[in-house]
Amino acid sequence: MTTAPAVSAARGTVAIRSENLCRHYRMGENVIRAVDGVSLEIHTGEFVALLGSSGSGKSSILNLIAGLDRPTSGSVVVQKRDLAKLSREELAKYRLHIVGMVFQSFNLIPSMTVTENVELPLRFAEVDRGRRDSLAREALGRVGLRARMNHRPSELSGGEQQRAALARALINRPQILLADEPTGNLDSHTGKEIMDMVRDFNRELGMTVVMVTHERALAERYAQRMIFLADGKLVDDRANDPAIDSKVAGGRA
Amino acid sequence: MKFPDLTELALRNLRESLLRNSLTTIGISVGVASLVAMLSLGTGLQQMLARRLEKSGLFDTVFVSSRRELRGGRQEERSGPTAGESRVLDEAARVEMEHLPNVKEVYPDIRFSTDLQFEDKPHLTMISALPLSAKSNDAFDGMQGRFFSSDTAPEVILQKSFAEELLGKTPPLGAPEPSVAELAKPLLGKELTMHYAQRGDGADQSPAPRPENRENEPAGASYSVVSREQKLTIVGISDLDPESMRGPMRARVFLPLRFAESLHVMQLVDLREISRAASKQPVYSSISVRVKDPSRIEGVEDAIKKMGFTTFSILDASRSLQQVFRVLYAFLGIFGSLALIVASIGIVNTLVMAILERRREIGIMKAIGASDGDVKKLFFAEAGAMGIAGGIIGVVLGWAIGQVINFGTNIYLKSQSIPPEHFWAVPLWLVAFAIGFACFVSLVSGLYPAGRAAKLDPVQALRYE
Repeated sequence: MTTAPAVSAARGTVAIRSENLCRHYRMGENVIRAVDGVSLEIHTGEFVALLGSSGSGKSSILNLIAGLDRPTSGSVVVQKRDLAKLSREELAKYRLHIVGMVFQSFNLIPSMTVTENVELPLRFAEVDRGRRDSLAREALGRVGLRARMNHRPSELSGGEQQRAALARALINRPQILLADEPTGNLDSHTGKEIMDMVRDFNRELGMTVVMVTHERALAERYAQRMIFLADGKLVDDRANDPAIDSKVAGGRA
Repeated sequence: MKFPDLTELALRNLRESLLRNSLTTIGISVGVASLVAMLSLGTGLQQMLARRLEKSGLFDTVFVSSRRELRGGRQEERSGPTAGESRVLDEAARVEMEHLPNVKEVYPDIRFSTDLQFEDKPHLTMISALPLSAKSNDAFDGMQGRFFSSDTAPEVILQKSFAEELLGKTPPLGAPEPSVAELAKPLLGKELTMHYAQRGDGADQSPAPRPENRENEPAGASYSVVSREQKLTIVGISDLDPESMRGPMRARVFLPLRFAESLHVMQLVDLREISRAASKQPVYSSISVRVKDPSRIEGVEDAIKKMGFTTFSILDASRSLQQVFRVLYAFLGIFGSLALIVASIGIVNTLVMAILERRREIGIMKAIGASDGDVKKLFFAEAGAMGIAGGIIGVVLGWAIGQVINFGTNIYLKSQSIPPEHFWAVPLWLVAFAIGFACFVSLVSGLYPAGRAAKLDPVQALRYE
């Protein structure tokens, strides 16, 4: 494993902490408690899976960590930044530099080529064209998509699209990767490819990974820790047994 | 986001829904075209009128008369710095005016009413003298025949209405007027006999023998009037009225200036001024001073006032004319802008549609780190690009419309045997203003959609359909 010394030194410190985190929606007369008092700590370099059925609030928590949404009450602190206290402008900067996101539906911009999609965050970061090109090339090389650089997303398979999305999430070298059902739209083989790649980022680049999934098998296979949610509340938080992990891996191989 | 990236992304987005954005842009260009058409019509009309007025010789001319013509009581109020003594408008004064800076020409106003005999019938009319420079006066544009062959030729140009009178063809009111060419045929080259009263104490070159004994009266205290006859050849018939501004005093028969001077025709003013004339030099009732440039008219007028004369120029009238044009401009501008304002609603509509269509895309951009400002700027850039494109196309379109209308109108004018006119002008400032205004209107229209796009909630936008 080629882990940089700085990353291993940082390992073990708290990357994400939420305290009594709540996110309530108002739907007519009813109040929907999507996230209802969740307190958790995720350490730097950890690979955490958020598990739960649909409507359990796992995606809502991810959006709060991503800075796409603001908590109704409670706090979420990422890399010592209290997200609730950041301005809209500061939140945009945070999303640009600190976190990278991948989604179930890939969310590539259809009118742009793969390269253009990948380098889009660099445009928001006002990086020069020359440097943008080399960084995009490097990121696409890492996900093995060099040959498809100038294709549009519609010309790619699902797996290729998700790899492009991963390259885009990596391009600004974020410390945290947030994945929302990344294999939800993929067959099990391509899903495995993508997950292997995410695990590589976690291990080799030392990125903290938070993945939302409803597939327990996937979480058991890749995550070091599993957090179970139901009705917006944390119901279980346990470390994944590496023995089971290897057993499952061995059983399927 | 940097400006080149912004432009690139904006243009890419515009290309994505090409038809809709093209239609919106065409909307803007029609608005700009109407604005350009309206304002260039205003500018063109103003320029045409300025050209006409300059040619008419009214705007570069100061009419000078002696103060004596004014009533005593008023004289005090109007007198300039050298008040008191009012000067006689004689040859010395004329020469002095000729030497003032910016003066092109000074000529006396010779104007008298007399009988002209044509085919044994006398016709009473007002006659005035014209300098040769009057040839460029646009009143002689549609003239039949020719202008005077020389400044001293015994030739005459008739105004159309007088020609009608001579031929007994005065049309009843409302009936179509006979054309000048029709009138000219039986008149050109024919002779008229002018009966006039000659002032007896004129200069030496008087064509008539002097019956008075001038030796006994060195200061010209005695005064005689001799009845004379002069044969004149009709050389031209003018269609337009060169003296339409003069009202009842306007002349309908014109003589060459030097020739008219040499006749020493008795004029009304002679009786009033004769006692004041210091020498035998002629005394003028009024003098026209033409300046080199209409903008210099004020200075020349002041200088002549200081000499002790009363002046009149049409400058004040031209000032109020400019006022009229300013109002006309404002009206044309407002009506022209209306179409552009309607087009701006099209921009709002297009961009709001684009937000709905690109909801997800905006959500993605925000999720990967675009700030509110980035999204806002992107929509602004799209609005601005449509504005610039619409502005440029609109200016070209407006110019083309103007050319077509001008061309069509000139065909019509030609069929009415009126000389063609250029009444359409698209000055450079109008081009810059139109494009700038289109851009401004587009950006203002982009304000609301851009703000709405920037405020879009990424979580909502990214929620699965």
